[in-house]
Amino acid sequence: MMFNNRIVVRMAMAVAAAAAIQLPVAAWAQKSSADGIAEYRAMLADGNPADLFEAKGEGLWTQKRGPKNDSLEKCDLGKGPGVFKGAFVELPRYFDDTKKVQDLESRLLTCMETLQGFNAAEIAKTAFGRGEQNNVTALATWVAAESRGMAFNLPQSRVEEKTMYEVGKRIFFARGGTHDFSCASCHGEDGKRIRLQDLPNLQKNPGAGNGFGAWPAYRVSNGQMWGMQLRLNDCYRQQRFPYPLFGSEATVALGVYLGVNGKGGESIAPAIKR
Amino acid sequence: MADPMRIRAQAQGGNAVVRVLMAHEMETGQRKDAAGKTIPAWHISDVTASLNGKQVLSAEWGPAVAKNPFMQFTIKGAKAGDKIAVTWKDNKGDTRTDEAVVS
Repeated sequence: MMFNNRIVVRMAMAVAAAAAIQLPVAAWAQKSSADGIAEYRAMLADGNPADLFEAKGEGLWTQKRGPKNDSLEKCDLGKGPGVFKGAFVELPRYFDDTKKVQDLESRLLTCMETLQGFNAAEIAKTAFGRGEQNNVTALATWVAAESRGMAFNLPQSRVEEKTMYEVGKRIFFARGGTHDFSCASCHGEDGKRIRLQDLPNLQKNPGAGNGFGAWPAYRVSNGQMWGMQLRLNDCYRQQRFPYPLFGSEATVALGVYLGVNGKGGESIAPAIKR
Repeated sequence: MADPMRIRAQAQGGNAVVRVLMAHEMETGQRKDAAGKTIPAWHISDVTASLNGKQVLSAEWGPAVAKNPFMQFTIKGAKAGDKIAVTWKDNKGDTRTDEAVVS
């Protein structure tokens, strides 16, 4: 529906302004579904609404907010205070100050608490798409965009980081729930698909890099910007598991597992998804 | 206050191609919330674009346009350095204008 609507906008503009429009001239036959989806994404990529969230996140980074009325400009995302370029492709990683392995979103929460005085636990409990959660997503979108085109290179030098990788691997293969599902049920082999969409094998590249390196992404079907935390949350919803907590060790461990598997893969986040 | 638009305008063979991304909920008025109550319509109703202050485009939009709409159009004769302004107005009376320079 959304897809059709976008075409409608373009057509309407053409009539109103006697403007030149670009219509896809393509042979629809003899194409795999993956080609079709890739083409669809390419058509939408030019007007990816993730740009709007990126712009919002950029503004939030420097804006003085919260009880302490401070900005996030001194936030340490792993490459030193205030360094955001290239931070995304090296997260999750271990942080000395919190003594935890953190992913981008949980690290942003830490900064919002320590620098701006927000209550991180309160924000973590907020539903996705509400209140401060929207700001976390926008910030994550912008930080990710600042590493666009870079190769994933998650650090594995600390024992904590190696442990999280092993934990993530075990969670990836752990089966349970009413459907006896694990992440590996869908993402553990090459050449699998759900409906018409190919499923990446997240144990190795290119699947891991493509899968992990696309989020945060804008979902056209529901018009929402999704960070990795919400993406993993949705994986668990589909598996009929209880929802993991925002920024929980389980989701961060999975992030480490996927990110390390995707080492060398190019980050295209923030991407646009169906 | 509404979130800003993203406007890109590029000179191309004597014309300028303008691409606009607007941040708007575009609620159709057909959906119901969790309590079963209809969510009131809230969408952009008028869009105008101007080149150096002179209006070159006017459009009436309705609930059929997607959330966070993307609009692309070509202005004949526009060249690098020209000023493009795009304005939208929604059915609640909220409005937003953003500007860009053709590059």
